[in-house]
Amino acid sequence: MSDFIAFFVRFLPDLLKGASITLLLTAEGLSAGFVLGLLATVARTYGSKFWRGLAVTYIELFRGTPLLVQLFLIYYGLPGLGLTLSRELSAFLALGLNSGAYQAEYLRGSILAIGDGQMMAGRSIGMSKWKTIWYVILPQALRLAIPAWSNEPVSLLKSTAVVFLIAVPELMAKAKSIAAKTYDPIGSYIAVAVIYLAAVYLLDAFLRWLERASCIPGFETEGRKA
Amino acid sequence: MPVPTPINQMSNIFSYIVQGTAITVGVTLIALPFGLLIGLLMALVHTYGGKILNRLATGYSLLMRGVPPIVLLFILYFMISGSINLSPFWAGSISLGIVSSAYQMEILRGALLAVGGGQMTAARAVGMSRLQAIQFVILPQAIRHAIPPWSNEASIVLKDSSLVYALGVPEILRRAQQLSATTQQPFIAYGTAALIYFVLVFAVNRGLDYLSARTKLPTHS
Amino acid sequence: MTNPILETRKLTKIYGQNTIFKDISLKVNEGETIVIIGPSGTGKSTLLRCINLLTSHDGGQVFLDGREITAKGFNEDEVRQQIGMVFQNFLLFNHLTALDNVMIGLTKVRKMPKDKAREKAMEELIRVGLADRADHYPGQLSGGQQQRVAIARALAMDPRVMLFDEPTSALDPELIGEVLNVMAQLARDRMTMVVVTHEMGFAREVADRIVFMEKGSIVEEGSPDDLFYHPKHDRTREFLWKITELYGKKEKEKGGKS
Repeated sequence: MSDFIAFFVRFLPDLLKGASITLLLTAEGLSAGFVLGLLATVARTYGSKFWRGLAVTYIELFRGTPLLVQLFLIYYGLPGLGLTLSRELSAFLALGLNSGAYQAEYLRGSILAIGDGQMMAGRSIGMSKWKTIWYVILPQALRLAIPAWSNEPVSLLKSTAVVFLIAVPELMAKAKSIAAKTYDPIGSYIAVAVIYLAAVYLLDAFLRWLERASCIPGFETEGRKA
Repeated sequence: MPVPTPINQMSNIFSYIVQGTAITVGVTLIALPFGLLIGLLMALVHTYGGKILNRLATGYSLLMRGVPPIVLLFILYFMISGSINLSPFWAGSISLGIVSSAYQMEILRGALLAVGGGQMTAARAVGMSRLQAIQFVILPQAIRHAIPPWSNEASIVLKDSSLVYALGVPEILRRAQQLSATTQQPFIAYGTAALIYFVLVFAVNRGLDYLSARTKLPTHS
Repeated sequence: MTNPILETRKLTKIYGQNTIFKDISLKVNEGETIVIIGPSGTGKSTLLRCINLLTSHDGGQVFLDGREITAKGFNEDEVRQQIGMVFQNFLLFNHLTALDNVMIGLTKVRKMPKDKAREKAMEELIRVGLADRADHYPGQLSGGQQQRVAIARALAMDPRVMLFDEPTSALDPELIGEVLNVMAQLARDRMTMVVVTHEMGFAREVADRIVFMEKGSIVEEGSPDDLFYHPKHDRTREFLWKITELYGKKEKEKGGKS
């Protein structure tokens, strides 16, 4: 155990450098995914047939294939069509597109939970469809989605670990090079696991706090009172 | 592998990747039941075991689910292949199963919880032992509750099986990579891999939806 | 009375194979309160939604102030500002306080400045007796209070007509009175109202005219006295007999509340 601690401390600066890239990728992917997911859900729920079809295709394709395959298709595959992207940009695109498809589903669940009633109420006082979506449906849907959505940052953080396979220098890439240097793969991957574990639980605690802070009195009891 | 001529290039790409599909399916079919077995044991221990066992199971779940699957896969793989002589295919599949076990445990725990304590009390009241109650009353109901989330996990394991690519197992993605190198058609190679995964995931989801509909109890809403 | 403020001509609604209602022709004069009664599933609620263009219709026309609002290209959102609607299940915006619920139409649809909108919204809340609940979220209000906020929300748009779709049927018995009182006061203020309800006491006391609908058509209409004491059709008599049998007890329990 003390050996491992010495090992851990020795490589900690290097690992933290990787961790900062991991966190950056998570934040970027999450933000891009949020915008994409929001657009896809609104298109799917309220769009015309064309936009609905497009959104469903996007969501199903990216949820129905492994992130690693998407990453390779973007980084190694797209050059075959004459489009060469850097490692970092490829990782960002793959994570954002992938996360967007999942975030779309979280949002859709809560939009469906709100039901047609709120749309009707909005229309009944003369609001247009898009105004009702913006001022009535989305503010509620986003709040309702928080509990389910709060799994996504943690899940995405864990997903970023595959991008070392296209040599983006994040946490796992550091572990791999330490393993090669020290001939101790188990030790180096456990060291990395410890850092992931810490990051995941810190992020989780933060999201739980956020969930409580954004709560509206009585909102969760919607429809229960007669 | 011989360098393909342009004429049969397309069909070659396809059939070569399809061979990798068998390996992908194999990894999934080993990992899933393996994870189910450990996950079920852990869920039962967590729900019906004593305080200490409950703590241990909770710790196992938090630890395993707090680390990216690929990191766990590497740790487990090096541990397994360091202690027993197993091929990357088997070591990778078993490791993936252990990764999945913590997620399956949570699914089953939720399902056991959904059945509720009343059923256990009722079963004990008609003279069943705890084990009999679990076997004849709790589990048959819990499994039904578990099917929808479990089918989600099944497609996650199928998608995660692509991670054994990193261990050198010649599954779909690894073959796509080799083909991309020999044919210089990376988009077609990786696109085909993506397509096969999509079809597999689609089939798994539909199959389990069907199972869920078939096993639904008449009164369940 | 002069020209009707709201009129339907041969309005028809069909869902697939089912005719929900057919050839409904109804005239509502300014300041009049019309109560529509009839068995469940006779298309009363759908009729209100068609009048408000919340549901599309399959035949006939609707006129508001002599203009055909069912005409192609007519601005639906503008129509709905002029026809207020109160729903059975309130449908307050759950993420907004009572005051914001009443304000949102004024600020976002009417583009009224915030302070003016707040003033107006507060007036409407005072009108329904809920000034002290302005900062409460729907989840913190009783059903009766929620429905009164919903009435204030509709009133804030200064509608020409108010439609009520079974406004008290989702309420616990002890909360019905407060909503009916607000509606009775509106009627006394000569607001034009079309009310679908099973509250026969309210119909008898407040309505200028009662319309009995069954199986998608109007069977009979007339003053409360005509309908309750001298119904022309057997179906009307049967329905009223049944409903007094069913609701009579409840009405008695409520006493003089409404």
